[in-house]
This record gives sequence, structure tokens and C-alpha cells, in this order.
Amino acid sequence: MNEGMSAIVKTMSVLLIMPMTIFGMYVIIHGHLTPGGGFPGGAVMATMMAMLFVAFGAEKSKKFLGKGSLSTIESLGLLAFAAVAFIGIQATFFSNFLANSASYFGMSISYGPNPGYLNSGGVLPLMNLAVGIEVFAAITAIVLVMLTYREEKS
Amino acid sequence: MIDAWLEFCSQNAPALVIAIPLIAAFATPLFSRISEKVRNIWVVLSLLATFRVTATLLHNVLDNGQVVYTLGASVPSLTAPDGFPFRIILQADAMSAFMAIISVSMALIVCIYSFRFMGKKSGLDKYFALLLVMTAGMIGLVTTGDLFSMFVFLELLSVASAAMIAYYSKGESAEAAFKYMVVSSIGALMILFAAGMLYGQYNLLNIAGLAGVIEFTLIDKMALVLLFSAFALKCGAVPLHMWVSDAYGEAPAPVSAFLVVASQAGLYALFRISFTLFGGLPGIATMGWAMIIFGLLSMFVGVTMAIPQKDIKRLMAYHAVSQTGYMLLGVGVGLAVINDMGSLALFGKSAMEGGIFHVINHAMYKGLLFLTAGAIIYRTGTKNLNEMSGLAHTMPLTTIFFIVGALSIAGLPPFNGFASKLMIYESVFLFNPLFAVIAMVVSILTLASFVKVFHSAFMGPKVSKSAKGGEVPLSMWFVMGILAVLIIFFGIFPDVMLDNLVTPAVDALLNQAGYIGGVI
Repeated sequence: MNEGMSAIVKTMSVLLIMPMTIFGMYVIIHGHLTPGGGFPGGAVMATMMAMLFVAFGAEKSKKFLGKGSLSTIESLGLLAFAAVAFIGIQATFFSNFLANSASYFGMSISYGPNPGYLNSGGVLPLMNLAVGIEVFAAITAIVLVMLTYREEKS
Repeated sequence: MIDAWLEFCSQNAPALVIAIPLIAAFATPLFSRISEKVRNIWVVLSLLATFRVTATLLHNVLDNGQVVYTLGASVPSLTAPDGFPFRIILQADAMSAFMAIISVSMALIVCIYSFRFMGKKSGLDKYFALLLVMTAGMIGLVTTGDLFSMFVFLELLSVASAAMIAYYSKGESAEAAFKYMVVSSIGALMILFAAGMLYGQYNLLNIAGLAGVIEFTLIDKMALVLLFSAFALKCGAVPLHMWVSDAYGEAPAPVSAFLVVASQAGLYALFRISFTLFGGLPGIATMGWAMIIFGLLSMFVGVTMAIPQKDIKRLMAYHAVSQTGYMLLGVGVGLAVINDMGSLALFGKSAMEGGIFHVINHAMYKGLLFLTAGAIIYRTGTKNLNEMSGLAHTMPLTTIFFIVGALSIAGLPPFNGFASKLMIYESVFLFNPLFAVIAMVVSILTLASFVKVFHSAFMGPKVSKSAKGGEVPLSMWFVMGILAVLIIFFGIFPDVMLDNLVTPAVDALLNQAGYIGGVI
């Protein structure tokens, strides 16, 4: 486990980083339109990290991304979620101040069926993004802890 | 400027009481990366801010009857735009605010106590973060007006509590935490299932909205039983008390003191379901009898299980079960006569006042007792009563605080336990003399059990192992002292608490129409 796996696996996993990140971001950012959202998208991105951990070995990965920095990212994600909820407090806590505002994510949509516009939803994509960051960091931390725990045992 | 700020806090108080501890919890790991001192200051400041906003909420509620806050609406009071409450609504009446102020006060006390008690152990950033999450869960559980958010906050509270119980991560505490987690998950799933049953019939999750239209069909009855048993499980009433002794016994002592308040949040939910959600239905008096039977069983089984214990915290845990019985008995008598106006006015209401008054008294004296147990463990390093002796020589203050707590839990004057127990005895006697006799016998057994603890821990010769150290550090005995002073104060002047907090809380519980009217 210390040295990781063969050069073929390492190369392939590095090549896969980009598609997996893009897919994760796609699931997160389309959370208000399609099945998915912050949690599944964050989990997809955490899978990418799990793949890298397996390919390169837990020791090397720990140097690259420690538990401390993951915890910080996690807290920042949660704080971002709360901050978005707080910005709306001029009306009420959690109010959707971006919806129908004609600015970012604020497109007004007429009543009735439509193909789904990304530029709608108000604060929902922002909250999905915050949840995505939090879930990404948390699941990565869990995987890291489980990998290093197994190393300590053996 | 300050006036505008206070006005803002007052307007958004129901959301802020949940948001402040939650945001503080998220930020705690960040602050603990700077230094321990910064983290401690941050945690205390955020709890003080929560306390301030909760006091504002309490003030508003006592002035206006209740406060309603619609999350995400264009104005907080827009609860039902088309006569239909579809958003998440926070609804705080006097009972909610009463429970919220207990939670946040105990959180503050437990937090200050933990600084020295936990010392230099690792993982304290998570400890304080989880303490804040527990506070947010409790306050959310008592201020929400929505059955589904009640489930969410209960899960938040349960998960945080389970992690806190497992703090020492030895064999027994991990086992206790696992047991707590399994039991809470079963309870939470029952609540979710019941919420689904009601939602399927009425398309509503709002408690006030549901209470207005509920018809007591067979499915409603099943939902009532599921909710009732789930919350009885969360408050540790006797047939469902198996997790209490393990969880309270194995958690760090300040966490045990806080878990008492967490169980009382479950008790609040039980009362809210019985009095508000199903309160207007003719058959609800039967549930009053169920509550009385749960209460009597809890009192008697709890105290008889406590007497033979050798582990000081496990013993206190069984006493917590026993004292929960008094609250269930008092409020249960009120629920059993809820449709009989004469009996309700004669003794039902004062029984309920006794039960609700016992909630805050229990939080104070049981909190104090768990903290003194923590002080003993801090100095001797053992929980076993047979291994400690003569602690009164070295820890005089802890001894005094223990005596105050023990006499209060046994219901002796002039301590606050006496005030509430006397109300329960007198009013329950009019309902059924036998129940009052059982309650008194249980009090005597409680006294006997605490005399045993006092004798074996504090009296006798100094044992070399327990003689080291001396009194606990200032911050620890200071918060215990605050609790002891409050216990004596409310024992001598119970009217202060009764008139200002308890009677409005009972009136709010009985005023089902007012609760419904706040939303619809």
C-alpha cells in the first residue's frame, strides 16, 4: 500500500481526474434541475479522491491532503451554506433573494413546462455548491481515515 | 445602531436561536486551528449570544403569547399564503421558550465546566463543535412547528449525542454510543413513519395545520402510538429506558449532564404531540393514562435499579430515569383529565405545573449531581464507589454541592426538588391517592440511595488514592456553585419561577386553539 499501484494504474487514474471532476461538478450545479445535487455530486468527487488514494497509496496522499486541511474545507463548505441562508435574512432566514432578480441564477421563468434553464433557481445552486464542498471533504476524510487505520493495523 | 441591531435580533429570534449555535459549531474547527484559547473564547461567546437571543425570544413569547417565523417567506409572519402552511414554520410558544432557555443555560454551564475537565485531551475541537450542534438540535426540536423538521432536529441531536458519548472511544463507551445510536435510529424511523402516515392523509406536515384537521382515524391512532413510543424512548421512560444507564454512565461527566437536557427535549416533543397535535380529540385522555403508567413504572423501576449500583454515574443515570417518571406522572394526570374542565381546574393544571416545574428543577439538580460526579472522577480517576472514600477531607466544596443536589433530588425542603414534588404529591393525591403514595415512597428510596453514595464517597478515612489533588479548579466549582445557588433560590422562592415561566408554559400547552390560530 505504501508505494501505491503500478505505473499503468497511476497514469490512468491521473487521466480520469478531469472527467470525474467535471461529472461531479455537473451533478452539483444541475442540482435544481436534474436528479442529484450537492450530496451525490460531492460523493462523485470524493470517489475521485478515493481512486487517487488507492492508486498512489495512503502515505503519499496524506502528505498531499491531510485531515486538518480536509476539516478546514468541510467547515468552509458548511459556513458557506449558512452564509447564503444568512444573506437572505433581510426578508427571512433562508429566503431566496436571487430568484427572479434578473442577476446570477435569477432568470424569471414563465409558468408551464420548459426544458430546464440552468440560470434559474436563485440561491439553490449556491447552496448545492456549498453542500458539494462539504460532502467532498467529509467523505474524503472518512476514506483517508479508513485507509490509514488499515495501514496502522497491518 | 444598537437599537436597530436589537430590533433585528428580536424580529429574527426564532431563526437565530438555531442558526447561531449551528454556525458557531461549523466555525469551531477553524478557530481551534488558531489556538485553544481562541476556540474557547469563541465557543463561550457564541453560547452567550445564543443565550441573549433566547432571552429575547422568551421575552417576546411572554409578551405576545407566541412567535411564528416562516423560513424563506418574504415576511416572517406569512405562514399560510393560501390558507395552507407549506413552508417550514418555526413556532415558539411559552413552553418552547421555556425548554430553549433550559437547553442554552445548561449548554453554557457544561461548556465552561468542560474547559478544565477535558484538559488537554485530543479531539476537543470536535467536542466543542458537537456540543454546539447538540444545543442547536435541542433548540430546533423545541421551537419547530413542523413534524418533519422535528425528525431532522431529533436526528441532529441523536447523532451529535452518540458521538459525544463515544468520546473516550474505549470499549464500553463505544458500545454505549452504538446502543444509543441504534435505539435512537429506531425511534427516529418511527417518527418518520408516523409523519408519513399523517402526510399521506392530510398533505400536511405542519403541527398546527395537522391539529386543525385531524380526524382520529385508525391510521391517526397508529401514528399517535408510534410518535408516543418514539418520544417516550427518547426521554427514557421505563419500558424503553435500556439505553439511559449506558449512555449517561459512559459519556464524559459534563456530557451526561447535557444528555439530561437532551432527554428533556424528547419529553417536550412527547408533550407537544399529546397536547397540541392530538389534543383536541376525545380519546386523548387514554394517552394520559398511558403517560401515568409510564411515569409510575419509570419512578419505581428507576429507583430500585439505582439502589444496587456501584458505579456512581450509572447510579445517577437510573435516578434520572426515576425523576423523569415524576414529570410524566404530573403531566399525565393533566392529560388524563383534559376533557373534564372541573377536574382540570381543581388539580389537573397544578399537577401539570408540578411536572413542568420538575423539568427545570431536574435539569438543575441532576446537572449538578453529574458535575459533582465529574469532579470526583477528575480527582480520583475512578467511577467505582467502593474505591473512593473520605473525599470530604480534600474536596469540601464538592461535598457541599453534592449535598445540595442529593437533598434536592430527594425532595427535601428548602431545595427546588421539594417545591415541584410537593405540587405533584398534592395534586396527584386528588386524582388517585395511591399514585401520590408511590411517588413519596420513591422519594424516600432516592434519599436512601444518595445517603449511600454520600457515605461511601465523602465520609470515612482518607484513602491514599483519592487524597491526591484537593478541590477541583475554580472554573469547575464555580459553575457547580451557580447551579447550587439556583437550586436553593428556587427552593425558597418557587413562585418566581412558577409565575414567570412555568404557568405560561402550562397555559401554552393547554391552549391548543391558540397554537393552531398562530399559523392558520
